[in-house]
Amino acid sequence: MSGHLRVDPIACTGHGLCAELFPEWIELDDWGYPIIERGPVPQELLVHARRAAEACPKLALAIRIEAGRP
Amino acid sequence: MSPTRLLAGVHADRPLSLAEHEDLHGASPPAGPGLVDEVDRAGLRGRGGAGFPTAVKLRAVAAQRGPRTILVNGAEGEPMSAKDRVLLQSAPHLVLDGAMAAATAVGARSVVIAIPEDAAGTRAALRGAIGERAASRRVRIADAPGAYLAGEESALIRRLGGGPLKPTVVPPRPFERGLGRRPTLVQNPETLAHMALIHRHGAEWFRQVGAPDHPGSALVTVAGAGGRDGVLEIACGATLASVLELAGGAREPLRAVLVGGFHGVWIAGDQTAAVTLDDAGLSRHGGSLGAGVIVALGASACPIQELARTMDWLAGQSAGQCGPCSNGLPALAALVADMADGNAPAHAPHQLERWSGDLLGRGACHLPDGAVRFLRSGLRVFAGELSDHVHNGPCRACREAPTLTFSRPEWSVAA
Repeated sequence: MSGHLRVDPIACTGHGLCAELFPEWIELDDWGYPIIERGPVPQELLVHARRAAEACPKLALAIRIEAGRP
Repeated sequence: MSPTRLLAGVHADRPLSLAEHEDLHGASPPAGPGLVDEVDRAGLRGRGGAGFPTAVKLRAVAAQRGPRTILVNGAEGEPMSAKDRVLLQSAPHLVLDGAMAAATAVGARSVVIAIPEDAAGTRAALRGAIGERAASRRVRIADAPGAYLAGEESALIRRLGGGPLKPTVVPPRPFERGLGRRPTLVQNPETLAHMALIHRHGAEWFRQVGAPDHPGSALVTVAGAGGRDGVLEIACGATLASVLELAGGAREPLRAVLVGGFHGVWIAGDQTAAVTLDDAGLSRHGGSLGAGVIVALGASACPIQELARTMDWLAGQSAGQCGPCSNGLPALAALVADMADGNAPAHAPHQLERWSGDLLGRGACHLPDGAVRFLRSGLRVFAGELSDHVHNGPCRACREAPTLTFSRPEWSVAA
């Protein structure tokens, strides 16, 4: 199982909580907006991805889970 | 030899009437779903900028349920492009034939044609042409604002629905939910005009002109030091040099040529004979023919000044919705301006590279991606001039009148 993180760039207002909660996968640009690692989030990190998505005050971060293929 | 398909027999001062149009091209045969396969075999790609395969779009809309709509995107947001207005103004029936055939092929009941709100000549030509035809479907002309983002389909659809001219996050894409929340086929006028001729003459005929992987002819707008300003029809795959020659020949030695408009790439002036105007030839330079804007920059112009002015203008075109674009583009523009003035810090080139890379793929639309492509290509081709400006400040040519313009000129057919 793996997941893809995707930010809605219009909804995102750059709170930056996601990068705090999931620094392995998300960093902030010079203006505080998230730059998300490309490719699938591996299973062992999914718990952090979920926490980051749930913490977004604008609900701008979505995670799409894919079963099966890594 | 320049092909004359779309611009065959056109007048400089008035549109072709329906009778003249049918004398030239024959009457449009009845359309059916088979048109989609013919367009597929023809290899027609959209001529609005993105170059998306037309048959794929047709199939996607045809597969939807419920009433469907055709949106002819003639907003022509690229300020230096005039080809869609020239086409609509000189051969409106060709575009209407294509729109009607597409409507039948995908099962659409209404056709909306968006044109720039200030394009009075285009509106008059289109109104006259619609009036000459038997009303088989609802055809409506809609006003598009004269802004860069008007060419972006999701922003245009939002505006035509009464909202602001701002892109939306996709999906849903227009083929799923577009104008009036209906599945919408969005096509550029030139694409539909090609479709009208493919419908008459078939895929093989279409492929007799152009390159195997980029078939057909294309309309381009030539401007700058490349000869007469205006709209030409060329064979895809023609060399850039031959197209400039067709436009009357360069008025001075060329420093570079911008191909594809403000989302396009720069080709060095000594490369024009080696570069072909098709996907294969232009992808080697990181670009595409886009909407067909070709601007020649003379050796007497300052390319760094052009880059700085254009980046400033592009930053002003941001809808201000996405943080990376609304912060990143002005920052990039300010940095380029400082470099052009010789006021930039030592780490400016590094900063420029990092910010450009950071911006890619992070907007709801492709405005930031296009701006970065334009900038990076300029930095490559004009590396020597840039270094000179960074160290020595403005050059003498900085004071000359600029070549790239951001207002819409009234252009007509050049040949």
